[in-house]
Amino acid sequence: MIAQMLRVTEKEALTPLVTRFRFEHPDGAPLPLFSGGAHVVVEMPYGDMLRRNAYSLISAPDDGSGYEIAVRREDNGRGGSRFMHGNVATGDLMAVTSPFNLFSLDLRARKHVLIAGGIGITPFLSQLHQLSRMQVPFELHYAARSREEAAGLTFLPSLPHIHLHISNEGNRMDLGAILSGQPLGTHVYTCGPEGLIAAVEDAARRHGWPAAALHSEAFLSPPPGKPFKVTLARSGQTLTVGPHQSLLEALEAARIDIPWSCRGGACGQCETAVTSCKGRIEHNDHWLSDDDCAAQTKIMPCVSRFEGQELIIDR
Amino acid sequence: MTRVTFSPSILSRPVYAPLESHGAGPTIMLCDAEGAAAILDLAERDPAVMDYAHVIYIPSGSDYTVRMRALEARQYHEAPSYDAITARYRKALADATMGTRLYLAGTEGLIGKAAAEALAAGLPAQAIQAEHRGSIARRMQCVHCKGVTEDVTTDPFTCSHCGLTLFVRDHFSRRLGAFQGVCVDAETPGEVPERQEILP
Ligand code: FES
Repeated sequence: MIAQMLRVTEKEALTPLVTRFRFEHPDGAPLPLFSGGAHVVVEMPYGDMLRRNAYSLISAPDDGSGYEIAVRREDNGRGGSRFMHGNVATGDLMAVTSPFNLFSLDLRARKHVLIAGGIGITPFLSQLHQLSRMQVPFELHYAARSREEAAGLTFLPSLPHIHLHISNEGNRMDLGAILSGQPLGTHVYTCGPEGLIAAVEDAARRHGWPAAALHSEAFLSPPPGKPFKVTLARSGQTLTVGPHQSLLEALEAARIDIPWSCRGGACGQCETAVTSCKGRIEHNDHWLSDDDCAAQTKIMPCVSRFEGQELIIDR
Repeated sequence: MTRVTFSPSILSRPVYAPLESHGAGPTIMLCDAEGAAAILDLAERDPAVMDYAHVIYIPSGSDYTVRMRALEARQYHEAPSYDAITARYRKALADATMGTRLYLAGTEGLIGKAAAEALAAGLPAQAIQAEHRGSIARRMQCVHCKGVTEDVTTDPFTCSHCGLTLFVRDHFSRRLGAFQGVCVDAETPGEVPERQEILP
């Protein structure tokens, strides 16, 4: 991934848990434009480790003057978001990749229905810019626990087709109502917790929607787990993956060159062949098919782990 | 009756599985001639599929009218031709919402035209099912003059618009709902292979 050093020019708390960051080129040079739903990966030098986290861009896709992201602090997470909140200050230089989009709008759609849960609002903020330029019909449904926690509120224009569902105000999202009566050619996009994505898929199936009209993005962060050993077929080297480290990070720490993009089990870039597996791969990705998972001949190092006697991968 | 098994071909050539019921739900059904038998079979397998169905039948010489009426679909129309029913069909698509299923049955010409119309109206391809019954005549587009010749039963055939002799290809355009016909004697004008009945 191509990364460039960008300067943090703004840092603003949106809610007690969510902070907005703005990055600009140190010389004021324009940054590559992107499309709504794109993300960047931010590198965080973190002790002796390099963490790389993917964040959706929330700024306007046609504005190259800077990139903005919103980071939710996960106190029980692996530390990336705590680092962003606690250690990053305006004026700092950070390595930020070029934008990459795994959650773009389907431009054939007649209408777009966007469903956001919590911090899942972020990719839609850039899509809203794109949708209003394209002047196509859309509606946004944004569910949050409370107004105080709804970081997206600052950015949302007050429009009749932007709906807030605040659960502590007793106005929960009714997926059946959202999905019925939509005109032909409507596409639905969901971003948020896995439970929300599953609920939308379920409701859509019950209402007869074909799967091709549904899109979702759930960025996984690499789940922690027990440490495990992995052997690299090409060099014979054996590495140990730490409990809070991903296999991808362990490979990177050993200076093994491996392609990646989303670092969340969604893009397929890091797919690696398994040459021997005595044990069980914990497939945590959204990429491999069920058959691939069962065969244990492939692994996605950005999120998946292993338990057993021997894992040899083709790296 | 007359369910045709087509010989294996390139990926572009549509294949038609027997219609499979998605149960009671908003449904548009359009069939011509022998296609009515496919709808009758479907309804026999799952009568609930008729509960919210809007059925359009173009008999074109076949006679399933008594049995089709007896299905008691929510809405039922008979029409003398596809052109005569196009306005009603378009209106049905315009009023339809996501979740609506489209069942097409009959000749390839009808299936091609009706599917193209539905896709243009925004119906997802996955919501369309088609079963071929009856004549294997094809709807062909001349790739040279772009004119469409209906009911082509021989290969090669003469383009009804520009008069070129065209070879019947299996290459299908979903947007146009037609197969592609390509000049058969472009290199050696006048050297035309013998005309044969097209095969399934
Ligand atoms: S980096 Fe995208 S799936 Fe691993």
